[in-house]
Amino acid sequence: MLAGKVSLKTVRSFVLHVFVLAFSCLMIYPVLWMLSSSLKEGNEIFVNAHKLIPSVWTFSNYAEGFKGYSGQSFMVFLKNSFIVTISSVLGTVLSCTVVAYGFARISFKGAAFFFGCMMMTMMLPAEVLTIPQYIFFHKIGWVNTFAPLIIPSFFGTAFFIFLVVQFLRGLPAELDESARVDGCGHGGILFRILLPLLVPVLITVSIFKFYWTWDDFFSPLLYLTKPEMATVALALKNMSDNTFGTSWGMVFAMSIVSLAPVFLIFIALQKYIVEGISTTGMKG
Amino acid sequence: MQGTNKAKLRKYETLQGYLFIAPWLIGFLLFTMAPMFASLYMAFTRYDILSSPQWIGFGNFKEMFTRDVRYWSAWKATLTFVFVAVPIRLLFALGVAMLLNTKLRMLSLFRATFYMPTLIGGSVAVAIMWRQLFGSNGAFNSVLSSLFGVSEKVSWITHPSTAMWSLILLAVWQFGSAMLIFLAGLKQVPTSLYEAADIDGAGWWRKFHKITLPLLSPVLFFNLIMGIINGFKVFTEGLIVTNGGPFDKTLFYVLYVYEKSFRYYEMGYGSAMAWVLLLTTAVFTLIIFTTSRSWVFYESGRK
Repeated sequence: MLAGKVSLKTVRSFVLHVFVLAFSCLMIYPVLWMLSSSLKEGNEIFVNAHKLIPSVWTFSNYAEGFKGYSGQSFMVFLKNSFIVTISSVLGTVLSCTVVAYGFARISFKGAAFFFGCMMMTMMLPAEVLTIPQYIFFHKIGWVNTFAPLIIPSFFGTAFFIFLVVQFLRGLPAELDESARVDGCGHGGILFRILLPLLVPVLITVSIFKFYWTWDDFFSPLLYLTKPEMATVALALKNMSDNTFGTSWGMVFAMSIVSLAPVFLIFIALQKYIVEGISTTGMKG
Repeated sequence: MQGTNKAKLRKYETLQGYLFIAPWLIGFLLFTMAPMFASLYMAFTRYDILSSPQWIGFGNFKEMFTRDVRYWSAWKATLTFVFVAVPIRLLFALGVAMLLNTKLRMLSLFRATFYMPTLIGGSVAVAIMWRQLFGSNGAFNSVLSSLFGVSEKVSWITHPSTAMWSLILLAVWQFGSAMLIFLAGLKQVPTSLYEAADIDGAGWWRKFHKITLPLLSPVLFFNLIMGIINGFKVFTEGLIVTNGGPFDKTLFYVLYVYEKSFRYYEMGYGSAMAWVLLLTTAVFTLIIFTTSRSWVFYESGRK
């Protein structure tokens, strides 16, 4: 570009781009810092800490981290997290689909009332329920099992049911009617006709349920006290507690490992996430 | 004949309806209603899970409001957090959304970058990272010393006057989902309005004040409610980054509920605290809803 021909508009746009670029670098700096620290040697992490390029690249933090603690390899925690998360996602998708169909496509006495009840529970801070739920699960011997983390998701989640209901309401009722003429019952209509059409919203539900369960720290903290039961979130917290003579490089390495599935899903399914938040205001 | 058939059919439909919503209905009774009532009852008892609950009337509430100093620290920390972090986060979200709404290249890349902190922000990994980032030997001090020659090494996390700010910064950093909602809202604003304003010679601020802000107010309203409700529930950050310290400066409400109920096993006291939180959240939501009439603009004309 020649100096004389550069219009004010171009300059403006250039400045804007530089500004946004600089700001986005600032935003991701903490994560890059953690990533680079996980690749530095232990004695380098907190010396000239802001530098992003390690003077010596090493994967020893990862090797060390995967050894885990209390005789449990980090693979155990990853396995636990995947068991809990995948079961919860399955439970949520299954229960929310069925319940949402009931609310959206079957007209029955009391439907409006119970739908209202469900919407109310969305506003309820879960903390009010934590203590009695804990006592209940404690009494029936579910502490130190995955059950309190998994089983409730098979009973539907108000927010996700609402999402699927909204989606179902957007699908034409003629679909149901023609299926009914062909002799389909409600089960047939849902599973043979509507289910394929529900795939996009069910993907959105799965992604967010995955994120919420994967990141969940409160429930594992309450219910899982044995080291071999810990999920990744809980294991990270335990590894960062000073009692283990914390090697921060190792903790950062495992933190990066714990974030990997979150990033992979984001990269693969970004469209569903952005749409999900934009249209429903979901907290990611 | 036909009438009874119809009635039968309706009955069958109702049965089917309840069958379909049964999973939620059972969960609602078992995991929501029953615990709610149990928690309400426990709020009036002393209960340590091992022995049976002991009725003490308003004892927990009296203790809470008149004698427990830490209880008030918890309120102070939570309210400070909510009323500083939420508005700043919304401001950032709106500002960045407006930047991204101009003709920007690589929009989806920038959008992804700005959303990324929100994506991972609630995780233990990020809380651990934040603690080290702003620790005395962390990158933040390192940047300060290399750029401005500041040699003093403050631990921002454990210093009484900065600990709260480090958590507020962590919350503001996660403006991504509010930004996405604003961005979707901005896309709905018809460009013809701006063109008309341009013809009238309106400046940037006037356009923002008279067009963008009113049309965006429902979205702003939604983000505000969600921000406040979620702000009251802050827990993980408070536990891992600052552990409630120093001197209870970041002892958030839910963190204190957790401590009382699951470290000291004062489940009755914890339940009473949880109920006060529930009622407070409800009151705040109600206030925002009722005042919104005067500042939220709906296009249908209802003001």
